[in-house]
Amino acid sequence: MIMSKKSRNEKIREYATYALGFAAMFATWHLLTKAFPSVLFPTPTAVIAKAIELAQTGALWENLGVSLGRIFSGFLVGVSIGIPVGLIMGNFHFMRRLLEPFTEFLRFIPSVAMITVAVIWFGIGEFSKVFLIAYTTVFIVIISTAAGVMSIHIDKIRAAQTLGASRAQIFLFVSLPAAMPGILTGLRVAMGNSFTTIVAAEMVAADTGLGTMLWHGRLFMLIDQIFVALLILGLVGFLADRVFRVAIRYFGGKYSAVI
Amino acid sequence: MSPANDFVSFGNVTKTFRAISGADYHAIKDFKLDVGQHEFFCLLGPTGCGKTTVLNILAGFEPPSAGSIVVNGQPVTGTGADRAVIFQSQDSLYPWLSAIENVEFGLRMAGMPKARRRARAAEYLKLVGLAGQEHKHPNELSGGMKQRIQIARVLANNPKILLMDEPFAALDAQTRALMQQQLRRIWLQEKLCVLFITHDIDEALTLGTRVGVMRAGPASALKGIVDVELGEERDRTQQDFVDHYRRVYEMIKEEVLRAHQ
Repeated sequence: MIMSKKSRNEKIREYATYALGFAAMFATWHLLTKAFPSVLFPTPTAVIAKAIELAQTGALWENLGVSLGRIFSGFLVGVSIGIPVGLIMGNFHFMRRLLEPFTEFLRFIPSVAMITVAVIWFGIGEFSKVFLIAYTTVFIVIISTAAGVMSIHIDKIRAAQTLGASRAQIFLFVSLPAAMPGILTGLRVAMGNSFTTIVAAEMVAADTGLGTMLWHGRLFMLIDQIFVALLILGLVGFLADRVFRVAIRYFGGKYSAVI
Repeated sequence: MSPANDFVSFGNVTKTFRAISGADYHAIKDFKLDVGQHEFFCLLGPTGCGKTTVLNILAGFEPPSAGSIVVNGQPVTGTGADRAVIFQSQDSLYPWLSAIENVEFGLRMAGMPKARRRARAAEYLKLVGLAGQEHKHPNELSGGMKQRIQIARVLANNPKILLMDEPFAALDAQTRALMQQQLRRIWLQEKLCVLFITHDIDEALTLGTRVGVMRAGPASALKGIVDVELGEERDRTQQDFVDHYRRVYEMIKEEVLRAHQ
């Protein structure tokens, strides 16, 4: 189905290169701790040992689970609002003009700045975090979806018209699949922003989560714990991004000439 | 004139665009043309003479500013499945669908059951010489193959009129010659009404039953029509082909010069 079907060997080589890259990163970190020895700069082995300890007590899983749960629910809310609104804005000039003031104004207020308002309105419970993730997701998804729809070549629409498709059919069978790569790219960027937002929100106003873990680490000078949180954030973010990259490549190969 | 001879009828069609400066620009003015039901009409003209405007109006993509356009006795008010379009660019194909899924798109929209439309689409892919490529996606196929998918896609939808806007212009010379032969063969078989736009005299004489030459724009219209009195087998090295070529060339020469002034 997809143009570049990779052989087994190529795949193995690809993963091996990745593993090598990660190994090099840890090696560099290790060398840096040797070059600048300090209690404020833990070695990778110390951090991994701390991570195992926190995993065994369950604290790591609890904080990670809470953060991911918040990201997931907020992301879901943002996406389920963002995609339909983006499709509508991309398809109808009138709706675009009507809604653009909202999207163009609100998207410049960073979600981090909205933390204050979210806490005042919704307290420090779950809802304020879900709200912030949804907020940071929705505008990116709206804009990339609308851009995806608007970049459809006019001949695709005209071909469907002359083949007898109705307006609804054109929307469903032409506009939507043609906008797919744009939508997925928007989701990927939004996921990255969700990580930024959740950490900031949890640092300011939460009892659990990776952000809280970071903040408590700072308060009680638990340097190892801070680094565990950073390591986990990088790792989970990387994995989440991989999922989107695979999806984009899958749909991209099918859905568009260029990814 | 028998009814079949004015299957498509442009009656003094004018299309006016408003330029950025605010001035009106007539792409075509009082354009008149009748095309028969089983005719392959080639519309020839220099760049910017409004050939594509003529096609867009007949397809129903754009309304005429003045004048009437009638197909099979019915005025054109918008797009319709009776008038199929083959676009110059391959951007009109759906890259998320395989070749056969592209071909059955129109039938699927019309609600034809899957087994029937599959069989019909396969038949037309075979007609254009793409048997065995059914499950490839457009990205995996060459430019010539993509244009053949376009042709199969519109033929499967059973249109009355085929509108082609320089469909082979982006192809290399060998592929183009091959595609012309294939289109000629298909047309001899199906005898559809075709309006074929090109700037290539050779192509027009290889394919057409009549060749209409347009004046240089703006406010373009038909300058004259040449009946192509060549047999079914056309050979561009034959004397009668060359004679036709000269006639059309004489007609278009000064328009091309005017277009470049």
